Amino acid sequence: MVSHSLALPMICFTTLWGLVGIVAPFLVPKGPNRGVIVTSLILTAVCCYLFWLIAILAQANPLFGPQLKNETIWYLRYFWE
Amino acid sequence: MCLAQLFLQSGSEYDCISALGELGLVEFRDLNPSVSSFQRRFVSEIKRCDEMERILGFLLTEIQKAKMSVPEEDEVPVAPPPRHVLEIMEQLQRLEMELSEVAKNKEKLQRNLQELTEYTHMLRITHSFVHSRTRYEALGPQYEEFPALETDSGPSATGMQRLGAKLGFVSGLIQRVKVEAFERMLWRVCKGYTILSYSDERLTDCDTVDISDSVVFLISFWGDQLGQKVQKICDCYRCHLYPHPETDAERADVLDSLRTRIQDLNNVLHRTEDYLRQVLQKASESVFSWVVQVKKMKAIYHILNLCSFDVTNKCLIAEVWCPVQDLQALRLGLEEGSRKGDATVPSFVNRIPSSETPPTLVRTNKFTSGFQSIVEAYGVGDYREVSPAPYTMVTFPFLFAVMFGDLGHGFVMTLFALWMVLTETSQKKKRCRNEIWETFFSGRYILLLMGLFSMYTGLIYNDCFSKSLNVFGSSWNLSPMFSNHIWTNKTLQTNALLMLDPNVSGVFRGPYPLGIDPIWNLAVNRLSFLNSYKMKMSVILGVMHMTFGVVLSVFNHLHFGRRYDVLLLFLPELLFLVSLFGYLVFMIVFKWIAFSARDSSGAPSILIHFINMFVMQGKDMAPLFPGQSGLQIFLVLVAMLSVPVLLFGKPLHLYWLYRGSKGLHRRRGYERVRRVSEDDSSAPTYDEEDEEEGAEELCRRDPLPKQLDMADCLLHQSIHTIEFCLGCISNTASYLRLWALSLAHAQLSEVLWAMVLRLGFDGSSRLGVLVLVPVFGLFVVLTVSILLIMEGLSAFLHALRLHWVEFQNKFYRGTGVKFVPFDFSLLPAPFELNGSQSGDRVIEEPLHREGPESRPPPLQGSLRSRLLFTPRLLRR
Repeated sequence: MVSHSLALPMICFTTLWGLVGIVAPFLVPKGPNRGVIVTSLILTAVCCYLFWLIAILAQANPLFGPQLKNETIWYLRYFWE
Repeated sequence: MCLAQLFLQSGSEYDCISALGELGLVEFRDLNPSVSSFQRRFVSEIKRCDEMERILGFLLTEIQKAKMSVPEEDEVPVAPPPRHVLEIMEQLQRLEMELSEVAKNKEKLQRNLQELTEYTHMLRITHSFVHSRTRYEALGPQYEEFPALETDSGPSATGMQRLGAKLGFVSGLIQRVKVEAFERMLWRVCKGYTILSYSDERLTDCDTVDISDSVVFLISFWGDQLGQKVQKICDCYRCHLYPHPETDAERADVLDSLRTRIQDLNNVLHRTEDYLRQVLQKASESVFSWVVQVKKMKAIYHILNLCSFDVTNKCLIAEVWCPVQDLQALRLGLEEGSRKGDATVPSFVNRIPSSETPPTLVRTNKFTSGFQSIVEAYGVGDYREVSPAPYTMVTFPFLFAVMFGDLGHGFVMTLFALWMVLTETSQKKKRCRNEIWETFFSGRYILLLMGLFSMYTGLIYNDCFSKSLNVFGSSWNLSPMFSNHIWTNKTLQTNALLMLDPNVSGVFRGPYPLGIDPIWNLAVNRLSFLNSYKMKMSVILGVMHMTFGVVLSVFNHLHFGRRYDVLLLFLPELLFLVSLFGYLVFMIVFKWIAFSARDSSGAPSILIHFINMFVMQGKDMAPLFPGQSGLQIFLVLVAMLSVPVLLFGKPLHLYWLYRGSKGLHRRRGYERVRRVSEDDSSAPTYDEEDEEEGAEELCRRDPLPKQLDMADCLLHQSIHTIEFCLGCISNTASYLRLWALSLAHAQLSEVLWAMVLRLGFDGSSRLGVLVLVPVFGLFVVLTVSILLIMEGLSAFLHALRLHWVEFQNKFYRGTGVKFVPFDFSLLPAPFELNGSQSGDRVIEEPLHREGPESRPPPLQGSLRSRLLFTPRLLRR
């Protein structure tokens, strides 16, 4: 039960997948497979970043909250907080 | 890829083709298509190879029957030159004769042995009959008593001799199932004047099944006529008859001699078997190399049959498709072959121009070959078309993972794939024959990637064996609900379910940084949140995937020199897709960002807005953002306008080209030939040569009247337009299967947890541990079989469908022909042909295809074989 910011994860993950997708292609050694590896890296970065982004944006402004059983509420109140 | 002619010197052609087969660079074309298989030049050599293969097959079965292993050498021998062929043939024929003789002898000996053993048994058992007749208290109810014999303990004939009749005996063995019928027949025919005794004793120490199912019988009768009748009946029932000794001494003699004979026979049999084993052992050492050599030889003769013989030049001409990069290697190979064949004139290669479409070659390594084969299962790409395989390498495991997303299951899958990858060299040597295992093994890199991506999506979905991980602490807090007095202890006691309200400050503090918040796993309304999230995610992913496909078509248009297609096909398609569905994606993201819990009561439904956009209604609905209606009208207009451009643009342009260019002045000296037909794929351009701006070299098609061409072109284009526009909507909806399958997976996983594993934790006594172990075993079995195998296959199939249909129909034609080089390593493995050797191999030509004009077989026919990832397609 903590507070999370939106900015920090955004920066972290953008840099992470940015490294994978933009910087790593320049580090791939020259060889017959270079093109394939670069394509794969860029695509992986794009897909995974997009997937994470969708997940966090969908939760950024929730329109409704979770509906919990009263036992769960009692438990969470005393054990998580 | 280019067409080349090989001129092979007459003496060295065999060695040249052998060298080419080892290299595996080129595909041969059939230069004698009108000649039937039986009229080709090298038919007799092929028949000889077939004969040798037959003998080798027989050898292999013999070796396998003797349960010996055949050592496989690591180094594969090359094809033998023709002069060695006769030697091998001779050796094989000699071996075959020897083996069949030895086998025949062995059979005869074994039959003898069987007879002797039967005789021994018979003697032993009838001995007990004769003696047991003297005591009638030991007899069973089946025996017939003849009172006159009861006093005899010695020779049984004396009693009857007193009556003046001769008592005869017939003894032997009969099959157990026939005994009753036999007895009845005897009774009826001989009218009760015979006595049949038989034993029920189980005969032991026999090898053959026949003996143990037989019973020993003894018939005693009076007189010769009755004897003849009995003889005939015994013949009819196929009994094995043996002479019955009169006296005990005689019986003992016969028994002795039988025993020695049996011993002798056993000795001989043993020695025969030893000799057989020796012969097979010696043969098995070289049988591997023989098999390989014969196969290579046969392949070479097949290829030689495809070449045409140029009588004047005393050389063989072959036409091959060869990749341009490999021309140098081809030349070197030919030189080496000529050198080995001691030719006076070396064979050489000559590249010839061709207007036919070459077959498609895509070079793969062990990692990419799996993905290439699943793309090719849909269709082999046109010559030099954009191949979706490198993109499929990432998007396919990713879409699979979206549907499979579970950290735990992904981890298990990754471990399995990792094991297969790390032990791949030893697995390849083992060559297990099981086809399902081969399928999994050849897709091991696909499985590895699928597992890794599944672990990532499982992390984001926060689902690990249906439980969530709380790494960062949940964003939803309960204490503000209590501290603001919205909830009290009393509310807790009276209400079974309570909903957290994000409007209360402090309840929701920022989104969970990695994936879905763990509190949703505990919530009752978990699915309402997850469904909305996953549906929107599916639409976003789908629209992006399809847009990517449309963008890839630009490369195709540019490569084949159809600049106008970029304007007339790509641009309208892209505008249509983006203005409608790109706008949908925008609305989804906008709603996520702009609307929060404060205005949750007034949050608009995106679907209704989208529908209203088409119908141009809904002015009384609250807009998502200012200026929405104006923007929507603009986008709908753009989409509407791009449809006729898509429909008429290309036909009109082609019509203008055909008609209008006669008035155009060009700087070229010769008249332009133009292409009037729509069919793009069969007009290759020389990719390396002169491609000036705007000038294209087009081939003249057969002069069809203009009318027909326009109609054909229009028809084709209208089909394409309708398919694209309607397909946009249906394909976008089709991507919702990403949501559906991930929901199914999550629910199955939860059911397994709640119904199976949690029951194991319920026990409060010490015996609960004992219950937990089988429950956990059941959980593991069900997880692997249902969730990993069944759901894995299902998600695999759906991800494959999404690629094949929704992604590839935006840009991929897939009507090409695959390049199959003449390569010895692509022949079936030496011992696969074990059981299927037959003499009709002359007609089969496994390495050759009729030429690039033939279209690939229809999808249904070849789908199964291609989908099974045959290891023959692994090139390196």
